[in-house]
Amino acid sequence: MWEGLPFFLEVLVGGLLSGVMYSLVAIGFVLIYKSSGVFNFAQGTMLLFAALTFVSMTERQVNFWVAFSITLVMMVIMGIIIERTVMRPLANQSLLSLFMATVGLNYFLEGLAQGVWDSAVHGVDLGISNDPIFLIEKFPILGLDIIISQFDIAAALIAGSMILGLTLFFQYTRTGLSLRAVSDDHMAAMAVGIPLSRIWAIVWAVTGVICLIAGLLWGDRVSVSFTLTAAVLKGLPVILIGGLTSIPGAIVGGLIIGASEKLGEIYLAEIFGGQGIEHWWAYTTALIFLMIRPTGIFGEKEIERV
Amino acid sequence: MSTETPILSIKNIEVLYSRVISALHGVSIEVQKGEIVSLLGANGSGKTTTCKAVSRLLEAERGEVSKGTIEYNGVDISAMSPYDMVKTGVVQVLEGRHIFGHLTVEENLLTGSFIRNADSASVKRDLDYVYSRFNRIKDRRKNLGGLCSGGEQQMVAMGRAMMAKPNLILLDEPSMGLAPQLIEEIFEIVKTLNEEDGVSFLVSEQNANIALKYAKTGYIIENGRVVLKGSAKELSESDSVKDMYMGGGAEDVSFSDVKYYHRRKPCMV
Amino acid sequence: MYYREAGRLVKSFAADRRMLPLMEDRFVTTLFVVVVMYGLVTWLASDYIFSAILIPMMVLGVATLGLNIATGYTGQLSLGTAGFMCFGAFAAFNLIFRLDWMYIPLAFFLAGLIAGLMGIIFGLPALRIKGFYLIVSTLAAQFFAEWVFNAYPWFLNYTSSGVVNLPPFHYKVFPFQELTPLNDAFWHSSRGRYLITLTITIALIVACKNMVRSSTGRNWMAVRDMDIAANVIGISVAKTKLMAFFVSTFYCGVAGAMYSYCYIGNLDFMIFNLRRSFLVMFMVIVGGLGSILGSFLGAIFVYGWPILVTRLGDAIFGGGTLDTAFVENNSKIVVGTIIIVLLIREPGGFAALWNTSKQKLRVWPFSK
Repeated sequence: MWEGLPFFLEVLVGGLLSGVMYSLVAIGFVLIYKSSGVFNFAQGTMLLFAALTFVSMTERQVNFWVAFSITLVMMVIMGIIIERTVMRPLANQSLLSLFMATVGLNYFLEGLAQGVWDSAVHGVDLGISNDPIFLIEKFPILGLDIIISQFDIAAALIAGSMILGLTLFFQYTRTGLSLRAVSDDHMAAMAVGIPLSRIWAIVWAVTGVICLIAGLLWGDRVSVSFTLTAAVLKGLPVILIGGLTSIPGAIVGGLIIGASEKLGEIYLAEIFGGQGIEHWWAYTTALIFLMIRPTGIFGEKEIERV
Repeated sequence: MSTETPILSIKNIEVLYSRVISALHGVSIEVQKGEIVSLLGANGSGKTTTCKAVSRLLEAERGEVSKGTIEYNGVDISAMSPYDMVKTGVVQVLEGRHIFGHLTVEENLLTGSFIRNADSASVKRDLDYVYSRFNRIKDRRKNLGGLCSGGEQQMVAMGRAMMAKPNLILLDEPSMGLAPQLIEEIFEIVKTLNEEDGVSFLVSEQNANIALKYAKTGYIIENGRVVLKGSAKELSESDSVKDMYMGGGAEDVSFSDVKYYHRRKPCMV
Repeated sequence: MYYREAGRLVKSFAADRRMLPLMEDRFVTTLFVVVVMYGLVTWLASDYIFSAILIPMMVLGVATLGLNIATGYTGQLSLGTAGFMCFGAFAAFNLIFRLDWMYIPLAFFLAGLIAGLMGIIFGLPALRIKGFYLIVSTLAAQFFAEWVFNAYPWFLNYTSSGVVNLPPFHYKVFPFQELTPLNDAFWHSSRGRYLITLTITIALIVACKNMVRSSTGRNWMAVRDMDIAANVIGISVAKTKLMAFFVSTFYCGVAGAMYSYCYIGNLDFMIFNLRRSFLVMFMVIVGGLGSILGSFLGAIFVYGWPILVTRLGDAIFGGGTLDTAFVENNSKIVVGTIIIVLLIREPGGFAALWNTSKQKLRVWPFSK
């Protein structure tokens, strides 16, 4: 048997788990894209916004749940304001314009977040222990132990339940169906009487909530600071691999990127003579997958007619 | 003219896009309850704009009704949203079908019932009803809408509108890109829906032959103005309509001799 | 406007195809370029005006034009602009540093070609991947550029600080220039760098204008508007897309070389980060997609706004009152807001605003 196998497995598992964190960011992306065709680049900044609001309260000795609820309400309001002021006037515009609007929104929120709060580094403690536990002792056949931190398990559970809930919502509810209709064709959706603005308000509010959850988990992991906006760059290859319109794709993409990143860092970095390949490696992995399936693993195929 | 309030009455409306481009100037149309009215005109004459003015979809394209009124069952609709319009029973079937390509045929139909908050049993009943009217799409219920043929898409679009249980359907160019046989089939369905379910129709068409065959009254619109109005019979017998829209009635008419309506004063209805 | 197109008789095809069909336009443009840009400005402007305002605006304008060719004219979203600028900058440095006989104009041209080749490589996926999925490829280019010049110090001539100063002897513009007053020291000064930038910028604008009004540009726009329809009428989509990527990244590469040599005067890969890519994209949006004039208007506004705020702050509150963090946050909020408002009100950006106001001025005051 290959001697490096235990180490390989350890790296793989670590990678898969960090991939779950990427999926958390990706879910918000997919939710908005699937329901309105908007590629929301402001996701990372919304995440930072939520985490900063929360931290600024807990640091002033506000009770955890009070801070959580206030931030939750704030994110919902923020989502609704974004819908009102940015998305609604842009209904029926090209997808490129909508994307660019979110890039502008991202820039705006960045300036606002840094203006309102400082750019110092804060910590979040969700009270989830980071201690490793034995998931499986003496894995059969190989005779290995597989060790995972409790935090990773909690994050995976949260991500998993969010994805399950959203999938069911999109597939089996009336609102979910109309969301999919809206993303296909704004004009036709309006023509059959789907109230676009109400639906989008719901979506942006839910995204705000997802951002809060992801922001807190990321904040606990890596601390809350401006670098948190980089989470969006981690989420991008994930959703592109999974397919922009697929919620399960967000988790599969996350796992693939997470694993490939960690494995690449260990086994490929030497070939490239330096460290820090993970930035472009994630995108290269995504590129390889996209060359095989141009709309991601679970993405909807483009239907084209002249 | 009947004393009953018409289901739709458009009174001398003007439409501007982006506050500068004038698309309609003086369009008046009346649709009586239970009637099929056809709106004839060439490309760019303002048929679609008229329909969108009624369904309130204009605003999404930066257009607005700047003058005149539109009344539905005697009620002014200028303050209503597209959502309100569907809710009160006016549904537009968009030109070029606009099917939800990534939804299956059945899901497409289901989106039409969103407005009514109906329970699943009645939605099921409506689905069966739509399938009974549009036989062709029943076998394709699990197919993606975007992969259906043009005729099937047109039926899905109309079925989707029927799911909202409308009183008035604004049917915008149903014949676009379809084979003559299919057009006939579509209009037969329109006739059935009109006669058996009591739905009124405002059909905008370029194909005057077929539209006047099924309609009761017709309007001819040119360059954003209604230039002629009459019963379908009158219109289809009028020489100038024949020449311009039906490929020649009188023999050997040279197009340079044909009367152009826009030289006349707009007729006030 | 005191003159207009109406009533001009054109007698030959050549006259009809002129870039500036109106005699007055030609006169004003020539006057502006020769007398103002090459004459008065070169003669009178201060070091500050050259190196903090005019040069960066032109350099960023060229980069914006490059991105506009890919995104505005061909509809291919790219987030790797700064990465391609980085390739251009390093190519120019290594060519000049390693080849004794290299001259700046040739080096910049080759730098553009090298960046263009990278553009083709990273543009290849565009043949299969469409829409938003394509940003993976351009982001890969961005991060690859940042990484490769960090991981292989050879490109930086093993400078330990990671930043190379560009010495005067690199600025060779034409043979035997030491014998003339236009020697190394002159081209290394801000006035010389301004002249280099200005000349290259004008050449690139003229080239771009000619490309977009010929079949090359029409193919780009056809692919942008609907690529399968373009394919059906016989335009090779693959060739068109790769061509657009090549030209786009050529412009970005030259802009990158000018950024190092003419603007900041040193070579530093940290500068060409993702933020800069976005900044260039903002310039495209604010200026107007698919517009040459807009590219420069966008660059002038987005680059100029923080400077304006700082200067105003200094003028009103006295020097140094506004800290950089405030200015930075302020300009982020303002630029972000302007992007959103423009997309809602005037998706054509500043270029469209300029055209409508020109149109209105023609009939003013008789109509509005």
